[in-house]
Amino acid sequence: MTPTTSEFLPIFFLVCGLMLSLTIFGEALRQRAGPDNPVVETFMTRVRSWWGMIVLFTLALIAGKVGMLVLFAFASFAALREFLTLTSKRQADHLSLALAFFVVLPLQYIFVGLGWQALYTVFVPVYAFLLLPIVSVLRGNSERFLVRVAETQWALMITVFCMSHVPALMTIQVEGHPTDRGILLIAFLIMVVQFGDLLDFFFGRRIGKTRIVEGISSKTWEGKMCSIMATAVIGGFLAWMTPFGIPAAMAMAALATTVGSFGSLVFAAIKRDRGVKDWSHLIPGQGGFLDQLDSVVFAAPIFYHVTTLIWT
Amino acid sequence: MKLLLSLPRRAAAKVVGLAISLLVHFLTAVRANWVGIEPVNRQRVYFANHVSNADMPMIWSCLPPNLRRNVRPVAAADYWLKNKLRAFVGPEVFNCVLVDRRPEARETGHDPMQNILDALDEGASLIIFPEGNRNMTDAPLLPFKAGLFNMGLARPDVDLVPTWIANVTDIMPKGEVIPLPLICTVTFGEPIHVADNEDKTAFLERASNALLALAPKEEKL
Repeated sequence: MTPTTSEFLPIFFLVCGLMLSLTIFGEALRQRAGPDNPVVETFMTRVRSWWGMIVLFTLALIAGKVGMLVLFAFASFAALREFLTLTSKRQADHLSLALAFFVVLPLQYIFVGLGWQALYTVFVPVYAFLLLPIVSVLRGNSERFLVRVAETQWALMITVFCMSHVPALMTIQVEGHPTDRGILLIAFLIMVVQFGDLLDFFFGRRIGKTRIVEGISSKTWEGKMCSIMATAVIGGFLAWMTPFGIPAAMAMAALATTVGSFGSLVFAAIKRDRGVKDWSHLIPGQGGFLDQLDSVVFAAPIFYHVTTLIWT
Repeated sequence: MKLLLSLPRRAAAKVVGLAISLLVHFLTAVRANWVGIEPVNRQRVYFANHVSNADMPMIWSCLPPNLRRNVRPVAAADYWLKNKLRAFVGPEVFNCVLVDRRPEARETGHDPMQNILDALDEGASLIIFPEGNRNMTDAPLLPFKAGLFNMGLARPDVDLVPTWIANVTDIMPKGEVIPLPLICTVTFGEPIHVADNEDKTAFLERASNALLALAPKEEKL
């Protein structure tokens, strides 16, 4: 057992214990509120899909770097599929969309796997951005052209570029910090963002009054503020997973959850615009991969770049 | 003995069927949307819009396994008997009811409708494409052929279920080779039956409208 795996064990048991208590708490609520209370059921489906995510994440973590890359490449694939199902496209875009799925996406994860930072940080925003519209225009249909290429690029940026910055955290090398601990940094980011979402939901229900944006989301300022502060405290406790030190870990946790939860408002606006409640049906009772990962996806690149800026 | 010899072939058909269903699920994450009926094993005729060759495998794959076992797509003999591979996939994997569209190829006096009615009498559910051919036009549906009416008239107990397949044109437009992995939805509507004294034209129009009502409303993005 490597030092990192043995360090991961306590956090694994901690998370499992926490999930177990959340599950029991939910079951108790269900007993009290009756079988069809929508709030309790929402909570329970969330808890169930977290269990699934934890199992998958743990398996990938045991498999190491490649496992992590495959897990997020698959999540990217599913998210890109959800996104592109709802965007504008014509037959003229067929080849460029196929390239997005079968060339751009795998290449991005290969570059991350090889640690070619100079390439994976620009591949989608420069190369795909310039080359895919060329492929589209060669097929010659100018109807809504700007909308088509812009939406395709947005889909790639969010679901491939941003998502791939989660496994890219493995490649960050901080001086005096063992390289194989990058995997713990991924766990740190995902945990603080997901706890942030959960606490936001919880505080929003309890003390939420002022909606942040009326008509788009039921998130409230009170819930948001409390959850950011609580997440910062959690980040402080998890500081040993990071190269940051306690005060900086608290700040990074607060930053990640702030960006992430405002990011999920952006996704709520897109869904509302396209007239859908969820991105898809792939996670039972939960909607799609994007519904589940929206905040993590938004937080990842900023978390990544702030970390590289300050600590390397 | 003959049964024993056919075993590997039937096993192969099962495996190929499973592979097709997995591929369809992986690529299109196909979703069944049960609007008008429940996914229970009743004898039904699913009648669907037809824009691509992927339509039939799509409906077939999104049915739960217990329904899938009992469902037989009605398909063109001239297409599915063209070569050995198709003759294996069509009749054996999908268990198609083959109907010959070319009058000259039929035995004299044989009504192609008889194959369909026989299959219904054996208790099978059917998948049919009442437009007869793939719809290559911009119109959402082509005029229906008489087959659906004749089935409804001859076997009035069977539910005729309108089934709308959305998004297949984006997944694999005509002339493209690589399928795009987009999410496809198959919507099952409320069953209809031929009413007393309803004539062919009126019924086919009602069936066509029932199917069209399931299509997503929004304009093309």
